[in-house]
Amino acid sequence: MSENKEIQQKKADPEDTPIIRILGMHKWYGEFHVLRNIDLNVRRQERIVICGPSGSGKSTLIRCINRLEEHQKGQIIVGDIELTNNLKNIEKIREEVGMVFQHFNLFPHLTILENLSLGPIWVKKVPKAEAVDTAMYYLEKVHIAEQAKKYPGQLSGGQQQRVAIARSLCMKPQVMLFDEPTSALDPEMVKEVLDVMISLATEGMTMIVVTHEMGFAKSVAHRVLFMDYGKIVEENEPDEFFNNPQHERTKLFLSQILH
Amino acid sequence: MSEVLSNNNNSIHDDADNVKPPIASVGIIGWIRHNLFNGPINSIITLAILYILWKVVPPFVNWAFIESMWTSSGAECQQADGACWSVIYANFRFIIFGFFPHDQQWRPLVAMILLVTLLLCSQNRNNWKKSLAYAWIIGLVIMGLLMKGGVLGLPPIESSQWSGLPLTMLLSVFGMVAAYPLGIVLALGRRSTMPAIKSLCVIYIELIRGVPLISLLFMSSVMFPLFLPEGLTINKILRAQIAIILFTAAYVAEVVRGGLQAIPKGQYEAAEAIGLNYYMKMRLIILPQALKVVIPPTVGVLISAFKDTSLVVIIALYDLLKTTQSTISNPKWMGFSAEAYIFIALIYFVCCYAMSSYSRRLERELDK
Ligand SMILES: Nc1ncnc2c1ncn2[C@@H]1O[C@H](COP(=O)(O)OP(=O)(O)OP(=O)(O)O)[C@@H](O)[C@H]1O
Ligand SMILES: [Mg+2]
Repeated sequence: MSENKEIQQKKADPEDTPIIRILGMHKWYGEFHVLRNIDLNVRRQERIVICGPSGSGKSTLIRCINRLEEHQKGQIIVGDIELTNNLKNIEKIREEVGMVFQHFNLFPHLTILENLSLGPIWVKKVPKAEAVDTAMYYLEKVHIAEQAKKYPGQLSGGQQQRVAIARSLCMKPQVMLFDEPTSALDPEMVKEVLDVMISLATEGMTMIVVTHEMGFAKSVAHRVLFMDYGKIVEENEPDEFFNNPQHERTKLFLSQILH
Repeated sequence: MSEVLSNNNNSIHDDADNVKPPIASVGIIGWIRHNLFNGPINSIITLAILYILWKVVPPFVNWAFIESMWTSSGAECQQADGACWSVIYANFRFIIFGFFPHDQQWRPLVAMILLVTLLLCSQNRNNWKKSLAYAWIIGLVIMGLLMKGGVLGLPPIESSQWSGLPLTMLLSVFGMVAAYPLGIVLALGRRSTMPAIKSLCVIYIELIRGVPLISLLFMSSVMFPLFLPEGLTINKILRAQIAIILFTAAYVAEVVRGGLQAIPKGQYEAAEAIGLNYYMKMRLIILPQALKVVIPPTVGVLISAFKDTSLVVIIALYDLLKTTQSTISNPKWMGFSAEAYIFIALIYFVCCYAMSSYSRRLERELDK
């Protein structure tokens, strides 16, 4: 309740119009109702963690934001562009919204450098030399510049995921979406990826992160959302969310993953 | 300096490094044992094959090389026991150039050399630049002029006189070069989300694959002209060429579709997520991977397309096979079909082998 008020107060501030607005959004896969009446505003520089049981629709929700999945009802507005079937708008939004996948999805036939510079060169029409500079800058940033000439298959999982993050950053997005970025990684590599995400957060990137890394949620998130059966069941600041969950299902979920 | 260091680092391996493999597992004897006589069944098979080779090879060598005639007349050949390679020697220019006027046969020869040179230059991917494209355009124009004539004092030659190897090369090279991109477009169309385009491509592919090439060639030469308005004729070679392209493209399309299906969904999504549009996504991300996966079956399709060009004999085009056949139906050279067929089989083999070894090289180069 108090949370809602807070958001509305923030909304009144013109500096702080939400960068993502989702209003009464529904999605079906055929007959199957995956997302039910989702309302979500994301402020600029806000960091949101989404958690919930498997199959609850977390991936589907963030994939709707850059139109990898189509919603059937309600509105999704990114910046000032509404997502419709208009292809031009979809491409514009995808330039603004970066996405990092669970399985990295690097392009195996291209070098790391080419993976990074491809988007800027082709989508943003940046001159090649400049795109390469940008790529190297972000590779430095994720501590992997020395691998620029290699192919993705020659890197470890953690390195690949950092490259994938750098690839998204090269497009200079306003928002970054992360779909379980660490869950395909061996445990010893999780930290190197989380560290990169934390440094992104401290630079003020707007982030929506689906993850089960509760440590990350506690230290980085402004808000934690709990989803179940395609609904946002509960949302709160991390402290409140973890120490004082309101719903039975949230309590059950937390008791399962925290032990 | 660094060597010393690395030696030190590897000192643990020193003992194991110096052990030599047991004698019986290396060298010629080791190889024979390992590959030919490992176990009773393999030994029996090896012996059986040796026996068959013993029965077949010496008589063949005898026929082909020892008792054979190379430059004699047909009548002399009839007396001899061995192969009559003279049939090729005496009819070489007809087999290769067919009805192209005798004193002008240097023209298709130059055209073919030009074509082969261009193909060889295009082999190396480092040469794939703008200049190569210009070289092809200029080369094609020159080849066309050489074949057709009518300029620069070259007497014009009717395309009905184009025959033999130049015709086979024309039909197969342009058939393959045009069918490949068309096949890719059809494969993309078949996977399109737009129902109209998709069903069009499905119908096309299934229709074409449902009929033999021979019937397409027949249609192109017999039925198709009936639909053309009075007075308009399309060159017979061109019609056959189009039939071959349309036919091959349908097969290429199915092979490429298989490649597209082999690319994980994540690649499409990652490409979309960085904002690539459909064209860029396919051109930069999906097709380079998909086409590489299907290099072996694609080359299979192209090789069989190459060999299938010989079916144009049924619409009375004189390709390499047909000129050979007419040579051996000449009473003077009756009875030497084996020699003639071995000769053109060799020509076909060299071309097909070149294609398949190039494809293997390409695969290796792309494999990183
Ligand atoms: N393409 C699809 N077609 C039909 N159903 C789908 C499709 N993709 C996902 N679903 C279903 O939608 C539901 C939500 O899927 P989603 O991937 O969003 O779950 P999730 O919360 O991300 O789960 P996880 O934690 O396992 O990743 C699941 O029940 C899934 O089976
Ligand atoms: Mg998921």
